[in-house]
Amino acid sequence: MARVVPQSGGVHVLTIPVTTISGYDRIDPSSSPSREIVIEGARKTYITPEKVAINAIDDVSFSIKQGEFFVMLGPSGCGKTTLLRSIAGLETLDAGEIRLGSRRIDQLPPHERPVNTVFQSYALFPHLTVAQNIAFGLEMEGRPRPEVQARVTEMLELVQMQEMASRKPEQLSGGQQQRVALARALAKQPEVLLLDEPLAALDLKLRRGMQAELKRLQRTTGITFVFVTHDQEEALSMGDRIAVFDKGRPVQIGTPEEIYEKPVNRFVADFIGETNFINTDAVRAPDGAAAVADSPLIITLPGGQSVTLPKTVPTPDGTVTLAIRPERITVGDGAHHFATGTISGLVYMGTDLRCTVLLDDGTELGVRIPPPFDDKATKVGSVIKLYAEPANIRPLMPETAR
Amino acid sequence: MTRTGTVEAEKRIPDPSPARIKRRNPKRPGQIGWLGSVPALIIGLLFTVGPLIIIVIFSFLSRPKTGGGVIYDFSLEAYRSFLVQVDFLGNTTFDPRYLAVFGDSLVQASVTSVVCLVLAFPLALWMATRKPRMQNVLVLLVTIPFWTNLLVRTYAWMLILNENGIVNTFTKAVGIGSVDLLYTPFASQLGLIYTFLPFMVLPIYSSLAGFDFRLAEAAYDLGAKKMAVVRRIILPIATPGIVSGLLLVFMPAFGSYVQPVLLGGGKLLLIGNLIAAQFGASRNWPFGAALSVIVLVMLMLTLMLIAFYSRRSGRKVEISL
Repeated sequence: MARVVPQSGGVHVLTIPVTTISGYDRIDPSSSPSREIVIEGARKTYITPEKVAINAIDDVSFSIKQGEFFVMLGPSGCGKTTLLRSIAGLETLDAGEIRLGSRRIDQLPPHERPVNTVFQSYALFPHLTVAQNIAFGLEMEGRPRPEVQARVTEMLELVQMQEMASRKPEQLSGGQQQRVALARALAKQPEVLLLDEPLAALDLKLRRGMQAELKRLQRTTGITFVFVTHDQEEALSMGDRIAVFDKGRPVQIGTPEEIYEKPVNRFVADFIGETNFINTDAVRAPDGAAAVADSPLIITLPGGQSVTLPKTVPTPDGTVTLAIRPERITVGDGAHHFATGTISGLVYMGTDLRCTVLLDDGTELGVRIPPPFDDKATKVGSVIKLYAEPANIRPLMPETAR
Repeated sequence: MTRTGTVEAEKRIPDPSPARIKRRNPKRPGQIGWLGSVPALIIGLLFTVGPLIIIVIFSFLSRPKTGGGVIYDFSLEAYRSFLVQVDFLGNTTFDPRYLAVFGDSLVQASVTSVVCLVLAFPLALWMATRKPRMQNVLVLLVTIPFWTNLLVRTYAWMLILNENGIVNTFTKAVGIGSVDLLYTPFASQLGLIYTFLPFMVLPIYSSLAGFDFRLAEAAYDLGAKKMAVVRRIILPIATPGIVSGLLLVFMPAFGSYVQPVLLGGGKLLLIGNLIAAQFGASRNWPFGAALSVIVLVMLMLTLMLIAFYSRRSGRKVEISL
């Protein structure tokens, strides 16, 4: 039975629902719960050798809840590590403040902050054994020897390194060094544990294992973890909340789901996962007596269909960027099919087929086809129809120029 | 670690005809055959081991009735005269004079080493924390004294310290009057410290130059204050450099000759001067050789102790710059 399918040239109006755009969590000082980290107006400027001032942290304000696994994600040089080091006390802010609960900590020396760090390089003391490394922080506090020893044993058990207690760091593998660094930082029972790309030096399999272990440790200890990474997959799989950083400030803060499903702008959509971007023209449709600026936008998709965007989405000079995830595009006929294209590339990945589809207007889209695979219908050169649920077509905020 | 890695890798390569490959002696790029090192070996033997053998042999020989040189007649007289004195009647009495010379030399060398260490450690730490380009310049500055002859530099100190020198001109102008500086043990000590300071700075600097200052950050993060970081982290890591610096300063300072004579005025007899005198005015070559052998054995024992320490603590001590 043939179904009536809208012609690819026909006008089919989709309405994309308004999705709330979660910007910065602006801090309301009156409602700060007990031990959350509050960063307010933080700024740090570097002068490059070429005498150019660069804002490593550019007027950043947000808060990290107590007991949360908070991930700061971004490309290198986006300010995430500088901010982490400012919380640790290894950098001083040029402006703004950092509070832990009601106590201002940004002007305290590192040893007075209830905060410890796991460094990217691990920074284990090479002349000390594993046990001595873990004991170091406790000894600096002047804790009595029996207490130190008990705590070291406890920490060794926590990271399952009991047998390695008398080894030197150079005798350990990368993963083992990682565990020692973790045990050393946790030994002092900090309120906040800062982790600066701690898994970057590990190979993929080990990294997966450590990710799970870190999650477990965070849940069992209840300590606030602030985790810096440039690996979006790591961020998505570990974070309770993620702050995506770009050019010295968080662009979006939200749960992994929010960040993935509702990226606020092109940078976030591009940085997290794979995304197709479609640039289209947008036309304001005067709606009765309303002023032109308040009217809904009608945009034209590559397939020729039109979509009405809510008037609240601002667009500069008449164009809008749409983001569609490859796995949210479905092949075949459907009510919302939006484009027809030719398969120009195919990669078999086992779990799915990754296709590159060339649309009639020259736009290339990435599409993932889940099994079972139809070898006859999907091969290079075959023409396929694509459709996507309106909710999965997301208009992006233009990136604010700064 | 990498070395064992390569050896294992070689073992794993299937080898069709081991004998043939052995004959052809395959060289890895950058390897030189033994023939290339022959000239250096000959020079090494002639100029380092050769004189040592001669000294050891001489120390067991007798002195001629008159003049210098040796006669080939086995004798332990040289070693005996280091500790005991024989009078005309043949009575032997313990003679501590030469031991006292050793003691004085030991004190001077120790003071030199300790003062050099105290001065050099902060300097080396400061150097190691500069920017890389600045570090190169600083190392160059430290080695500048090596560009000129030691004697010339020592004469320069004489000009500084003598009655009409810079120091005395200043003290006279200030009104303190002239101070006797030249030809005092103080001047000799000063000269030694000046001469050997670079030998302390460079090894400590090189042990700190590779130091990962993120370790210091980690220590701060774990609650350490500045002094604790220096004491618990930086000092232990600099230990190999400190040990080799102490050796490099102590050994030559112990047998120093130029500074005690030119700056100290030869008032205090030190082991270097004593040995020199045996081959000079005293014309007692076997005794001079025996003194040299005693110094040599002492230093060797010290080195063995350090090697033992190095193996036990697992810290590598390199006696080089």
